[in-house]
Amino acid sequence: MPCFLRRVLKRGTDYSVPSRKVLISRARIGVDRAVCPLFLLVPAMILAAPVVGLAQSRTYNVGTPLTQEEIKGFDFIVGPEGKELPPGRGTAKEGAEIFAKKCAVCHGKNGEGGAVQRLVVGSPGNPHRGPFKDTEKSATSYYPYPTIAWDYINRAMPANKPGSLTHDEVYSLVAFLYYRNGIIQESDVLDSQSLPKVEMPNRSGFVPAKPVWPPDPKKPSWY
Amino acid sequence: MDSNRSDRRRFLKHGAALAGLAAGVERSASGQSASSEAQLRSEAQPKDVHIHGDPSRFVTAGRGVKLRIDHMTYYTPLQDSAGIITPAALHFMQQHSSRLPDIDPQQHRLTIHGMVDRPLSFTLDELKRLPSVSRIYFLECHGNGSSMLHSTDDPKMGLPVQYIHGMTSCSEWTGVPLSVLLNEAGVQKGASWLVSEGADEGKFSHTLPLAKAMDDVMVAYAQNGEPVRPEQGYPLRLVVPGWEGPSSVKWLRHIKVVDQPYMTWNESMNHSIPRADLGGKSRWYHFEMAQKSVITRPSGGLKLPGPGFYEITGLAWSGGGAIRRVEVSTDGGRSWKDAKLQSPVLPKAHTRFTLDWTWDGEEAVLQSRCTDERGEIQPSLAELNKNWGITDVDAQKTSRAIHINAIQPWRVARDGSVHDAMFS
Repeated sequence: MPCFLRRVLKRGTDYSVPSRKVLISRARIGVDRAVCPLFLLVPAMILAAPVVGLAQSRTYNVGTPLTQEEIKGFDFIVGPEGKELPPGRGTAKEGAEIFAKKCAVCHGKNGEGGAVQRLVVGSPGNPHRGPFKDTEKSATSYYPYPTIAWDYINRAMPANKPGSLTHDEVYSLVAFLYYRNGIIQESDVLDSQSLPKVEMPNRSGFVPAKPVWPPDPKKPSWY
Repeated sequence: MDSNRSDRRRFLKHGAALAGLAAGVERSASGQSASSEAQLRSEAQPKDVHIHGDPSRFVTAGRGVKLRIDHMTYYTPLQDSAGIITPAALHFMQQHSSRLPDIDPQQHRLTIHGMVDRPLSFTLDELKRLPSVSRIYFLECHGNGSSMLHSTDDPKMGLPVQYIHGMTSCSEWTGVPLSVLLNEAGVQKGASWLVSEGADEGKFSHTLPLAKAMDDVMVAYAQNGEPVRPEQGYPLRLVVPGWEGPSSVKWLRHIKVVDQPYMTWNESMNHSIPRADLGGKSRWYHFEMAQKSVITRPSGGLKLPGPGFYEITGLAWSGGGAIRRVEVSTDGGRSWKDAKLQSPVLPKAHTRFTLDWTWDGEEAVLQSRCTDERGEIQPSLAELNKNWGITDVDAQKTSRAIHINAIQPWRVARDGSVHDAMFS
């Protein structure tokens, strides 16, 4: 084994993704060995397998299976590609009205900041491309993906009534913020198709995480 | 050694009153609920303080506090800590909103979904039926020790070792290994990350690589032998050993298995820092908390009554494993002595160290540095800055405010008063 690999393995800091087989065997070694009833459960599961179908690979049969319908009812996290974005639409003009009513009290009239962090740096037509210093980091211009603001506003805003905004309202608010940050035009319509395609000005301002970027054995771990 | 805590006590009372006010608003907004009836009943009876014991009225140790409209921080009083376990009531708390969720465990569910063969939902009772583990781990906010804290002058935040380093705490956590739940659900091919979501108002979310999730991450329902407290995520929280605090999502309710880092709001904004050594770019996630130690007594704000014998004591920890060695200097780093490590010395847990010391009454600078089982040595401030490509001046600004593990010097003046000497 090459020296650096040994070191990485020993330090346990390489979080590159192992195969599913490795993951499962690793977890079993760590946990199942301590579980006495397992040897009793396994024959029972083999017997039951033809009857219950998929259940044969559940070791404990504890917990309730979820239907896709149930998952739709709570799965609101939206990833970078926007696959989970729901239908709806909005523009900056519509967003301006909602922002004035529900957001400006904390974030300032045009998102410049107030009781809480600012949301805007740059101006319409003039996006800020960095470097981002201190308070500029809270502006939507800083985020690597266009979907992040949508996801957070949808799940967590406004702070006194999170989850109360309609999907149209969320698309509109994001359009307003992206317009004020100079990222889109005032007339642009944001929806589940157009939002993920918005080009973020700071998209190249990040260095990927370790799992796609193995640690450099020449640098200390706290690098 | 004595510390003036009257201001802090006053503020803590004030804080409790504020919290009561917030709870009152909540009750009136939701009308007459079952919980408000229970509250009325409990108010009618005098509280039996022995049912869930309180500390002696002579014990004044308490957390430091910083409250903002969108933030609550409570700092563990490290200067009063003994051994390695932090009582749940003194565990640090960092909350990105101004209120805590109040969760009925009967209504709470943990779901495992996304790229799994069998999406599952668990009640608290069901989780308690599954194979459990109890492990002692530290949790540390990645902003702990941040440079700007050194210049704070708010007495409500407590003593320097508390507000500079008190966002680390250590508990025995009990729960189900996350690998058990993921195996029950059956992780699909191609899955590589997971996103966890809390049930707090801000829906605090964090992304973890699947390899770490399958390694030593726990879904914890107990802390130091009792149910996890509301401020620590009751009824359920993730415990991600050795990694930056925000990974350990509190009030845990959803785990979604995915195929890429989701970079949710907190992760992309609060938790990524533009770095000079990366050409001004920000690194996605820093994951592990590095090896670190701090002398907790004597420390800033305390006062030595006069020359003579003192045991120097402190804590050391590393996200990379167990602590192997702690050295202490009483002369500003010119010479170092090996400190004694108290048992138990556990991986990814606080380790208590001590060194006998006789103070001669002259000015002295006390500091500690640790080495973990990988041989990684705690850096000086200059070494840390060099590694991150910043200057001492930058280090004192907010722009570089996470993952500070530099050696902490305390200066003992001739009058016995102890001061923070990180930047002086």
